[in-house]
Amino acid sequence: MSRYPRRTGRLALRAGSLAAALGLWQLLTTLEVNVWLRFSQFPTVTDVARAFADRLLGPDYWTDLTDSLTRIVTGFLLAAVLGVATGVLVARSRLAEDLLGPVLEVVRPIPAIAMVPVAILLFPSNEQGIVFITFTAAYFPVLVSTRHAVRALTPMWEEAVLTMGGGRWRILGSVVLPGALPGIFGGLSVGIGVSWICVISAEMISGQHGVGYRTWQDYTIVNYPGVFVGMVTIGLLGWLTSTAVELVGRRLTHWLPRTSYVPGARPRPARTLASTVEPTKAEEARDEHLV
Amino acid sequence: MSTSSETRPPEARTASAAPRGTRLTLRGATLGRPGAPAVAEVDLDVAAGEILTVVGPSGCGKSTLLRTFAGLLPTLDGAVEQDGRPVPGPGADRALVFQEDALLPWRTLRANVELPLAIQGVPRAQRGEQAEAWLERVGLADQARQLPHRVSGGQRQRAQLARALAGRPRAVLMDEPFGALDAQTRAGMQDLLVEVLHGTGATVVFVTHDVDEALFLGDRVALLGSGRLIAVRDVPRPRERSAHDDPARVALRRDILTSLGT
Repeated sequence: MSRYPRRTGRLALRAGSLAAALGLWQLLTTLEVNVWLRFSQFPTVTDVARAFADRLLGPDYWTDLTDSLTRIVTGFLLAAVLGVATGVLVARSRLAEDLLGPVLEVVRPIPAIAMVPVAILLFPSNEQGIVFITFTAAYFPVLVSTRHAVRALTPMWEEAVLTMGGGRWRILGSVVLPGALPGIFGGLSVGIGVSWICVISAEMISGQHGVGYRTWQDYTIVNYPGVFVGMVTIGLLGWLTSTAVELVGRRLTHWLPRTSYVPGARPRPARTLASTVEPTKAEEARDEHLV
Repeated sequence: MSTSSETRPPEARTASAAPRGTRLTLRGATLGRPGAPAVAEVDLDVAAGEILTVVGPSGCGKSTLLRTFAGLLPTLDGAVEQDGRPVPGPGADRALVFQEDALLPWRTLRANVELPLAIQGVPRAQRGEQAEAWLERVGLADQARQLPHRVSGGQRQRAQLARALAGRPRAVLMDEPFGALDAQTRAGMQDLLVEVLHGTGATVVFVTHDVDEALFLGDRVALLGSGRLIAVRDVPRPRERSAHDDPARVALRRDILTSLGT
């Protein structure tokens, strides 16, 4: 009785909200509503679903999917490793800050997608260019958040390890990296989002295969349901990858103190004894599970 | 011989290696950060195995003194020496204990205590054994697998003490380690400290703003204030709770409070 209804209740609410949005879309398009916004040319939900089902059976869809995923995973991992490395370097070494700082600050405001000409000039193949753009997109958020997180570390931790006889590498491995991890994951979460925007855009401009390329192809041949299949695919993939980053982050920073505070949850006026006692039990259980 | 002694529990090991304190000396030293000297012209000699407490109002440079001994801050003028040789920088033989929150929050208490052992290259199995033994000694055997934020402030300080002593330092530098604790816990911690230090032979420099704490723990008390070392006084009957009413102790206490201007 205690935790089951609450959990399913929230799940039902979420599913319901999604269903309502789809229902509204279906209604507006089948009725071909034309009140300033024009839904007459708009594909219906069932059109899109049918197109989706066809695509799933065809060979191109899965090639596109794996191509896009390979590009984003390669670019993002490169950005994560190099972003953390330069972030730590710039935060910990004055020389590195003076050498790299100005260049990084000038390149940082340039949108990654504006790097397409650079990528075309630099790289022999389109493939490498797209990975480069994906990399650039995620690199700066990771770099900046790492730099801030490293600078915000409690100096006492480092002093403690120094007086235990720890050297530079010990401090890096035992204090700097684990201590900066919560901040680094903030940057990785932002980075994966920006990476998706850029990989799709880059594919639209210069790709062969890939979800972005396919979506743009469908648009040029006026296959609107196909465009929507592409959009839905992008949405789902983006959601999947950012959830993965989020989960890994939560696992690696499980040591962070978490309160049992639930955003937006107010203590409800007591109706019966049962309704006041049991929700708190469920809260505690969930907190335990998180930590 | 030395490898077999490593496997023994800390009690046996420390007792057999008895006089392993170190002598710490400041010669005409000016301490502080560059451009902001905190204490000038300090001459202070801490004998091997001695417990020296340092009292003074906050901001008088007590922590600066400790960080200088630890090798984290170079002297601005004069010299800091260990056994007659200049202190080159921080090292494992001079452990520092902080007021609070110096445990690494992502490591369990046990993993925190294992850290100095890992740095010294103690094999993994022995590390765990020794860490457990130290935690047991400070009464934290049941909390060994807890994260620091899951235990009380007093327990965190006990874990920090265990961590500092696990590395078998020759000097322990303590920066108001019980400053954030309530009076009750504090007295218990003082007794624990005396008990745990017994047999380690380590030199202790203990900074506090609590005169009674300084008089209970220290063989000698150094008074720090208005940018200089005011005096160093011998304490009659240190570490005896019953000595609290000793006339000599009462007189010294009055003296100290007068010279600190309170």
